[in-house]
Amino acid sequence: MSDTHYYHGLAKSMMFTIILVSFAPLLCIVLIAGYQYSVAYEEKVEAHLRELVLKHDQSIDSYLEEKVAEIQVLAEIIELGKLHDPASLQDLHDALVRGHGSDFVDLGMVNSDGIQVAYAGPYKLQGVDYSEAEWFKAARTRKVHVSDVGLGLRGVPHFTIALRLDEDGEEWVLRTTLDFIAFNKLVEDIRIGETGLAYIINRHAEFQTTPRRDMTDEVPFLRVMARSMTDRSEMVRGRAAMSLETNPATGRETIFVTSPIKGGDWIMVYQQDVADAFSDLNRSRNLAIVVLLLGGISIALMAYLMSKRMARKVARADQAKDIMNEQVIEAGKLASVGELAAGIAHEINNPVAIMVEEAGWIQDLLEEGLGEDDNEREVQRALNQIRTQGSRCKEITHKLLSFARKIDPTVISVCLNELVLEIVQLSEQRAKYANVVIETSLGDSIPPVEASPSEMQQVLLNLVNNAIDAMDPGGGNLDIMTRVEDAFVVVSIADTGCGIPQANLSRIFDPFFTTKPVGKGTGLGLSIIYGIINKMDGSIAVDSAVDQGTKFIIRLPISDGEDGSACDYATNEQGTP
Amino acid sequence: MPANILLVDDEHGFVDTMAKRLENRGLTVTTTYSAQEGLDILEKDHSIDVVVMDVKMPGMDGTEALKVVKTSYPLVEVVMLTGHATVESAIEGMKSGAFDYLMKPCDLNDLLTKVDEAYEKKQAQETKILEARARHIVLRRGD
Repeated sequence: MSDTHYYHGLAKSMMFTIILVSFAPLLCIVLIAGYQYSVAYEEKVEAHLRELVLKHDQSIDSYLEEKVAEIQVLAEIIELGKLHDPASLQDLHDALVRGHGSDFVDLGMVNSDGIQVAYAGPYKLQGVDYSEAEWFKAARTRKVHVSDVGLGLRGVPHFTIALRLDEDGEEWVLRTTLDFIAFNKLVEDIRIGETGLAYIINRHAEFQTTPRRDMTDEVPFLRVMARSMTDRSEMVRGRAAMSLETNPATGRETIFVTSPIKGGDWIMVYQQDVADAFSDLNRSRNLAIVVLLLGGISIALMAYLMSKRMARKVARADQAKDIMNEQVIEAGKLASVGELAAGIAHEINNPVAIMVEEAGWIQDLLEEGLGEDDNEREVQRALNQIRTQGSRCKEITHKLLSFARKIDPTVISVCLNELVLEIVQLSEQRAKYANVVIETSLGDSIPPVEASPSEMQQVLLNLVNNAIDAMDPGGGNLDIMTRVEDAFVVVSIADTGCGIPQANLSRIFDPFFTTKPVGKGTGLGLSIIYGIINKMDGSIAVDSAVDQGTKFIIRLPISDGEDGSACDYATNEQGTP
Repeated sequence: MPANILLVDDEHGFVDTMAKRLENRGLTVTTTYSAQEGLDILEKDHSIDVVVMDVKMPGMDGTEALKVVKTSYPLVEVVMLTGHATVESAIEGMKSGAFDYLMKPCDLNDLLTKVDEAYEKKQAQETKILEARARHIVLRRGD
């Protein structure tokens, strides 16, 4: 009932305490370390990506610059006249191919009208008109121009470096085509993870390299990005600028690292899905969550099992304590009965001694002869005395028997007056020898209380014994009073003995507290009384002054549903053995 | 000459019957029912040789009375009767100078033996005292 409820609550509170205490630090460590780790890791990844892009944009820039520089060197050291001549141009191209592999696909000389007058290379482009070509126009104004990548006439992706040469007021343009594949390789090699991808676009978001996957969906987005880079100054988006944006094509958060190259004409873009870039981080975060989850589960499980076990142990300990308490009460009962028995033995010894003497006297008289004097009358008298003393013994043994018969812990309706009278009778002899006068003032119609008669007897007997002990050598008065107060029956036992010093008053109900010498008292009496009274929902109070006396006041709740007639019946019954 | 006995016990029946039986055997018995009365009788009647006294009595108990007897009348021997079945009170009595103790109820012959022994002891001591006194007088005369 309420007991199981109590142990349930105990187990629950223990479980929550264990979980809280063990889970809180785990959670703290995981959160703090996880946060630190993720910050550090993100910084590292970002730094790495920037580094990568920076390195590559430098290498591309330097690649382009190198090619331009080589062409410039050619143009400066070789006479212009030779460049007009297709044969010597072919020689020059051959020399370049020998020195640089297939970087320079072809060489061509275009006159101011845009006609290619000389050409060396794999295609037949002699005499082609470039006057409308973008690069040609640009070269006229800027001296050196590197074109965007386009298919051009040949239908193969390539880009052109055009160099304006001035000779005697006439303008020539030396052009060379660079192998797109070699250039593309510079960028394409950058690949990290699943989605890491590098490419170059121009200001109109046209791809200058071939991205590894189809990116036509992303072109509008890239166009916006490219425009934003040209609109604002380059200060806003410097080299290897990093931004996090949602890629409209894939719908995922994507890291964009952009860097202007070729004097800002082109933009190198590196993009990677955030999830991919931080996949390691995510993996370790998932691991941490799994560890946390498993830890939490095992903690909860352990806490549950442990608290269950602890509660069971506590329950068992409580049970053992209860058994022990009962045993202590039993032992106390024995002690008080033992004390009683010592008094009773004396009480029985006296009539027995008289009987023995009377018997001896009869024997003496018989030896004299019954005829002598009034010996017969004397024998009659002696026999009467023996009968009287015998019935005195019987009375005593009956009192004892009625006491012993009731050693039974079951709770019934008990009339306190009856019990008090019984105890007074039992203690009378002891009181007489201690010069104690017992006075009882028992209230009329005291309602019954719920109690175990044997335990109640023990309480009263203990208190009476204590009171007699307190008055022992000098004697005194012992007043036992019963009355009704509110819903309680009050029993007060007052003596005029030595009293209890103030210092001991708070300790008298402690188990094993005693002021008697070793071997004389167990110190359990009052603690047992306290336990019994408490069990009955009653209370016990003490009022004492040194050398004035002590008064114990017991209040017991009146049992409901019973009327006073139960008491009268019990009192009537007392007479019969 | 038989012993002069004082019997002290709160049980009237016991005292009376015991007195009759002892008198039947030729002893002089004085009876009383409380320790205080017993002391009063000792004060008046110096012929009493042996006191037979119960330990447990209301009012002044036997042990207490014994101490008074042994200080006021050191030559009077006391035999204690203990009905309380505890040897402790008997031992205490012996320490306080009782001649011996007997458990109640006691055999009359045992009691008589004890009383005789106590009486002999008392007489021996009285004789010694007389001798000492006589020697003292002789020595004083020899000065």
